[in-house]
Amino acid sequence: MFDDFFIRALFAGIGIALITGPFGCFIIWRRFSFFAGTLAHSALLGVTMAVFFDINIAFAVFLISAALAIILLKLQKKTKLPNDALLGLLAHASLGVGFVILGFLTSIRFDVMGLLFGDILAVNEIDLMFIWIGGALILFVLKLIWKPLFASTVNYDLAEAEGMKPDKINAIFTILMAAIIAISIKIVGLLLITGMLIIPAAMARNISNNPQQMVVLSIVGGLLSVMIGLFSSLEFNTPSGPSIITAALILFCFSLIKFKKYSELKK
Amino acid sequence: MKNENKKTLLQVEKAGLSVNSKILVEGVSFEVREGEIVTLIGPNGSGKSTTAKIALGIHKNIMGNVKKFTNKVGYVPQKISIDWTLPIRVIDFMFLTKDLNNEQISDALNLTGVEHLKQKSLSNLSGGEFQRVLIARAIAKKPELLVLDEPVQGVDFKGEVAIYELIKKISEDLSCGILLISHDLHMVMSATDHVICLNGHVCCSGKPHIVAQDEKYKELFGDRASKVLTLYEHKHDHTHSQDGTINRKQ
Repeated sequence: MFDDFFIRALFAGIGIALITGPFGCFIIWRRFSFFAGTLAHSALLGVTMAVFFDINIAFAVFLISAALAIILLKLQKKTKLPNDALLGLLAHASLGVGFVILGFLTSIRFDVMGLLFGDILAVNEIDLMFIWIGGALILFVLKLIWKPLFASTVNYDLAEAEGMKPDKINAIFTILMAAIIAISIKIVGLLLITGMLIIPAAMARNISNNPQQMVVLSIVGGLLSVMIGLFSSLEFNTPSGPSIITAALILFCFSLIKFKKYSELKK
Repeated sequence: MKNENKKTLLQVEKAGLSVNSKILVEGVSFEVREGEIVTLIGPNGSGKSTTAKIALGIHKNIMGNVKKFTNKVGYVPQKISIDWTLPIRVIDFMFLTKDLNNEQISDALNLTGVEHLKQKSLSNLSGGEFQRVLIARAIAKKPELLVLDEPVQGVDFKGEVAIYELIKKISEDLSCGILLISHDLHMVMSATDHVICLNGHVCCSGKPHIVAQDEKYKELFGDRASKVLTLYEHKHDHTHSQDGTINRKQ
């Protein structure tokens, strides 16, 4: 019925949605949206490094993202600049440096659009394996640290006082974030991974009243976005990555209507 | 009260903290043993909450030493704000750091009189209700060491008395050690085993009726506050300027 490439795209998208659903919730809860964006921007530098040294793209992106997260933590301790300023600095600096290095690599033809928006239709079996095995590992670690991570999201002091070791947990969370960016960069691209992390979770917040419910709805929202986006891109011949995000946006708008009714009912 | 054979739960030795080379609190030493209520009192900015956070290991890079002899800790922070973005009900909050069964949750909420709020959103609670939930959460898993930072703020008078009675009961029933930060001098005087009067350092400490008659205490809280119990006097070798700095007497 469908071509192989479409089935692969669907499976890749489903895999990504399963990972970004729960992580998106934590990003929203911790006001980390800009942080996710910064990591995604740094991915460009990672990709150029990968091309330059001829190493695996996902691996290079992971290294650069993780390095950036560490630099951020150091900068937070060194200066009194607010977090959003530091994140903006790092995001655009790494994007700039990435493009400068790219300029030197004249011998290599490089699809910048593909990097920004990804190409989910070009996913091959190895990419799929990367997403599903990597994703399973990431979700497994998330499950292990769920309780302390959630506790330190609610209140750092409480978590520290009652032995949840929030510093260690936050570091693990940051590394997981870098890993997510790394495995999804080729498929949804760096501009769209932030969207996949934030929009379904934002939608879920509007229609949930407890954390577990929000995570489940966020995953469902992501899955629906991937399916609606991919099928409509096939139908209307639109770019697939942006179609997924547009679908997520439409779902978000629906959740606003529901949310309004819900709060009116409460009054 | 004889405490010699009771287990020490928390030992703070000459602890202090300075941030950006300004000393917030220094030279604080005390112990909390099981079944004992130790209270920190002092004016705003005197380092009470800071001392509690030092004792709990929340502040890093501290001066002095802190030894904790238990991992079963319950903490009621002074302030906790739940962002709207996080949908969380009372029942979810109860699970935050411990694994509890339904019965334990209901029991704890019952003790603080807020069992009916179990399914409510945390962000919809009033200040007093929230405070009761915070206390219920801290005691639900029967901690050995309980640290309460202004536990009755925003609670109405009737509730306040009930909560202080509850705290007393907890310390007796569970024989846990309690470190309490409180403004309520009456409570401090009636139920506490040991009072530490802070103002950037330990101004005076000891049994409540002794502290109540201390010159330093009178200076901090006014003469009326000391009419709680009997006479006791001793001399001080320093005074405080407005910002709490110590001026040694010659």
